[in-house]
Amino acid sequence: MNKIFLPVLLALTLSACGTTPDTQATVEDRTGATTTTAAPARGVESTGVDGAGVAGSALPGDQYAGDPRKDPASPLSKRSVFFDFDSYVVKSEYRPMLEAHASYLQSKPDARVILQGNADERGSREYNLALGQKRAEAVRRALAVLGVSDSKMEAISFGEEKPRNEASTEAAYAENRRTDVVYADE
Amino acid sequence: MLRVVLFFPLLCLALLSAPFSAHAAMEIQVIGGAASKFAVAMVPFQAAPGQPEPALARIVGDDLERSGQFRLVDTSGMQQPVSPAQVNYGVWRGKGADAVVIGQVTALPGGRFEVRFYLLDAIKQTQLAAFRYTITAAQWRATAHQIADIVYEKLTGIPGAFSSRIAYVQKQGQRFELRVADADGQNPRTVVRSSEPVISPRFSPDGARVAYVSFEDKKPVVYVQSLRDGGRSKVAAFKGSNSAPAWAPDGRRLAVVLTRDQASQIYLINADGSGLARLTRGGNLDTEPVFSPDGQFIYFTSDRGGSAQIYRVAASGGEPRRVTFSGSYNVSPAISPDGRNLAYISREDGRFSVVLHELASGQTRVLTDSARDESPSFAPNGQAVLYATVQGGRGVLGTVSLDGKTRTRLSESGVDAREPAWGP
Repeated sequence: MNKIFLPVLLALTLSACGTTPDTQATVEDRTGATTTTAAPARGVESTGVDGAGVAGSALPGDQYAGDPRKDPASPLSKRSVFFDFDSYVVKSEYRPMLEAHASYLQSKPDARVILQGNADERGSREYNLALGQKRAEAVRRALAVLGVSDSKMEAISFGEEKPRNEASTEAAYAENRRTDVVYADE
Repeated sequence: MLRVVLFFPLLCLALLSAPFSAHAAMEIQVIGGAASKFAVAMVPFQAAPGQPEPALARIVGDDLERSGQFRLVDTSGMQQPVSPAQVNYGVWRGKGADAVVIGQVTALPGGRFEVRFYLLDAIKQTQLAAFRYTITAAQWRATAHQIADIVYEKLTGIPGAFSSRIAYVQKQGQRFELRVADADGQNPRTVVRSSEPVISPRFSPDGARVAYVSFEDKKPVVYVQSLRDGGRSKVAAFKGSNSAPAWAPDGRRLAVVLTRDQASQIYLINADGSGLARLTRGGNLDTEPVFSPDGQFIYFTSDRGGSAQIYRVAASGGEPRRVTFSGSYNVSPAISPDGRNLAYISREDGRFSVVLHELASGQTRVLTDSARDESPSFAPNGQAVLYATVQGGRGVLGTVSLDGKTRTRLSESGVDAREPAWGP
């Protein structure tokens, strides 16, 4: 379990414990996937096996109500863009996620994001800080192309200083080569 | 807007009020050995009751040995003269000594001590130096380092660097401490304590301040802190990342790396945060600036040529010139105090080593054989390079002589030390 998603889980748990009319009133459905009323069963996928259909049904507490950015079914809940070794190219698989964030940012006048670039631990700390910055800038440019104004974004770098995975393995390095999208009010 | 200080309290300790660390201090370990130049007999000084440990002659001997330029003559079982007239030069010559150091510690009222020492030429049978100090117990090690500096300079003709200091970052769990210690790693004092990373400490040319990068504001910000009273200020906290501080030789300006105009670029800024001016341009990555000793040039790392290489640009601006050409990863330049040599980290076959590069000839020499070396910096006398490496899974600091033949480890058990910088 990584650090980003822990607060998301916590928010989920809290919202499952009971939502007030007040919080429901603030919910805004931008993605079509999130709504506080008449939500379809989600979080369960059913697949037929030899024609024997398995019908999924919503578990108690699965009705998501709250900040759409924290709805696990929404692309807004996806916050990390991973990069190949020595690369700063935002892969096309991240387009839906970045489009969702771009439209959320454009819809909320006060919303602001910090794009936190990261690098793996090999090599100079200052050089890695600059490499992490390149990854943060790549995501910033992708969001700018999608219409997000510069004043709503800040690209910064943690370099190799805040690894998500502290192991010295190729898998850990891949996990650490990324940019996280973090909202300023979170 | 960023109120993280409330959630991540950072204690900024004044140097003078910081309690001396109870941790075991760093150890010296001479790994390799050069053909020693000078054979010195460090005769144990006549001791006074209640004098601090270890003995002065021991600290001086450790200093000299660590430099790789001295061999210590065995003094066990020998007479302990306290004045030049008592020295039997023939005996010391017979043991191969080129020089003899003798001395005496006397207890004074009020817990003070008088230290006298003589440096004698065993061949010419003459006195090379003689000094007397009146000190407190707290000045014990500093006095030993001064004696070592005098012995070193008289015998090599080069000023010693034993009285200088180093800065480094220590990580213990999720706690980060910026520490300042004596050049031998002893007497460490914590000057910044934080739950967020601290990197890139750099002493001001007069040693009175330290610049560093702290992540306590949830992003890299450059601070300058007084080592006298612990007071500090943000020098660069612009939009984006702020990092890689480097002092100009006059101590008034710094080069820093900012991303306020998007790509990591080098800027000059006054030490009070005023007078920002951009130095490098283009969409490439430029970082790790360092001033030449005359202040005329800035060496830095850039990927503008397609791989990480070291470049040089005039401090007044202009077109950068490439300095390193071999390999695909040469980073973290440091320049020797005489401006003749560059030290940097080079990656070869996945190993990161310290390389010495003579600027006039372009000749290079790999100084280390460890695999994960980082952050080289020169001793104030230019005779050794301090660097960080990884040993047994944790960060340790080491020094290496310019010929690569004498290496030492300044290590403390159970902690991770990194980001060293050698200061005045």
